[in-house]
Amino acid sequence: MADTATIEKVSIIVSKGSLEGIYPALIMANGARAEGIEADLFFTFFGLDAITKKRWEHIKLATVGNPGLHLPTLLGGLPGVPDLVTRSMERKMETLDIPPIPEFIEMISDTGAGIYACKASVDLFELDKDDLVDQVQGIITVGEFYQHAAGGQIIYT
Amino acid sequence: MPTATYADTAVPVDDEGFFTDPGRWSEPMAEQIAEESGIEQLTDRHWTVIRFMRQQYAAKGTGPTVRVLGKTSGVSVKELYQLFPKGPAKTAAKIAGIPKPRGCI
Repeated sequence: MADTATIEKVSIIVSKGSLEGIYPALIMANGARAEGIEADLFFTFFGLDAITKKRWEHIKLATVGNPGLHLPTLLGGLPGVPDLVTRSMERKMETLDIPPIPEFIEMISDTGAGIYACKASVDLFELDKDDLVDQVQGIITVGEFYQHAAGGQIIYT
Repeated sequence: MPTATYADTAVPVDDEGFFTDPGRWSEPMAEQIAEESGIEQLTDRHWTVIRFMRQQYAAKGTGPTVRVLGKTSGVSVKELYQLFPKGPAKTAAKIAGIPKPRGCI
C-alpha cells in the first residue's frame, strides 16, 4: 500500500446513548489503535450512558424511530420488545467476537486510548466523577477537547 | 508479487509486507522484520506472542484479533500495546510471517 497519506490520530465523539449509536464509535476507536493510530473517545450528551456505571451494562437498541430495524414502530414500543431485540443483537455480536460495551470500553482503555466525558453534559445530567466508570480519564470542556484533538481528525457520531 | 529478503532468503510478501506463504518463515527472520516494524529488540514476551500467532494461524487459518490475543495468549491487552505500539495483531502477524488478520475488532 502506498504511504502517500496516513491518519495519525483520531478523536471520536459519541453523542448517542443507543446500542447502535455507541458501537460504531467503539469499533472505530479500537480499530484505530489496532492500526497504530492514536485515538481518543469523547462522550457527550446521551453518549455518557456508555461510561456511566449505572447504565453501561444496560444499553439498548432503539426499537422505535429506527426504520433500519424493519420493525413496525407500534410493535417496537411494546413492553419487553427493546430488551428482546437488544439481547438477540448482543448474542449475534458475541458470535462475531464483538465484546459487550463494558468489556469493549475496558479493552479500548487498555489499548492506550483516552476516554473523556463532556463537562456540559455531566453538569446537565447532574453526574460527577464517581458516577462514571474508572476508565474515564477526565471530565473536560469543549475547549480542552479541541486541545486534545489538535493535529488529528475529529469524527462525530 | 513483491518479495522481501530475510536471513538471506527471498520470500514472497504482499503489498504491505506480510508473508503470503507462512511456510517460508523461519525464526531467524523475526529480528529483522521486527526492526523494520520499529521494534529494536525482541524479548521473551514478544516471542510468546509471535509463537502464539503462528500456532493460531496453523490451527485456524487466520491470525487472532487483539481481543483473542488478550484473552488467550497470556499477554494482556495493555502489555500487547506496550510490546507492539503500532498495533499488536498487525505487527505480530508481520513478524510471525503470517498474513494480516482482517477482523474489525
